[in-house]
Amino acid sequence: MTMKTSTRQVNGITIVDLSGRITLGEGSAVLRDLVRDLVTKGQRKILLNLGDVTYIDSSGIGELVSAFTTVRNQGGELKLLNLTKKVHDLLQITKLYTVFDVKDDEAMAVSSFK
Amino acid sequence: MTANRVSYTLDSSLESVNMAEETAQQFATRVGFDEDNCLKIAMAVREAAVNAVLHGNAYDPQKKMTVGFEITPRALVITITDQGQGLDVNSIPDPTTPENLLKQSGRGIFLMRAFMDEVRIRVLSPGTEVTMVKNVSGSAANQKEASK
Repeated sequence: MTMKTSTRQVNGITIVDLSGRITLGEGSAVLRDLVRDLVTKGQRKILLNLGDVTYIDSSGIGELVSAFTTVRNQGGELKLLNLTKKVHDLLQITKLYTVFDVKDDEAMAVSSFK
Repeated sequence: MTANRVSYTLDSSLESVNMAEETAQQFATRVGFDEDNCLKIAMAVREAAVNAVLHGNAYDPQKKMTVGFEITPRALVITITDQGQGLDVNSIPDPTTPENLLKQSGRGIFLMRAFMDEVRIRVLSPGTEVTMVKNVSGSAANQKEASK
């Protein structure tokens, strides 16, 4: 199952709902293009909802890191929402869990942006 | 899929990566690993296969990736070989150190080591051979783990 994305706006925050696999050749390029497009359009408060992401490989992890640094370098914030256990465990193993601001409630996540 | 030792020679493509991953999942299930370990094994194989076709063979249609699965009484042994220039194991940085944490790449071998009981990397001429071992329940390694 390839990755699908949909984007919505809530109180000035861009929420990207992702589903499927974020892997080399499937979702990772889609995610990269999407985040760059959002930043180019001036949308720099981004919440990635990973609740329906079934699988991430190291390429997908790399794209999450790249998205995080791309947004941060533009003075924005990128946060993660609704990690599955698999994705949570991956971020723990790679020590990235402390890098990302991870939320599990959408309303609280939206209000946490500066 | 009844043989205990099977080897596939595959093109250097993402389709081959997906095939290797799916076949690993099938072998892991057949050995009797639980769902969590089946996923870890499949993921480790995916990472090794990506390294082989992308970093090793550089998608060169003339170069092949070989993926071997062997079921022994003690373990599932998976060997992935490419025909690239050969991996310098000593040049692989630790992706979890502060200076490497925000790098986009470099986590594949780290994840393979995290998910498998043993990962051996051998430089060929040309190419790289990665052998990954996952011990079955009750093996010496797992008993050692359980006694911690």
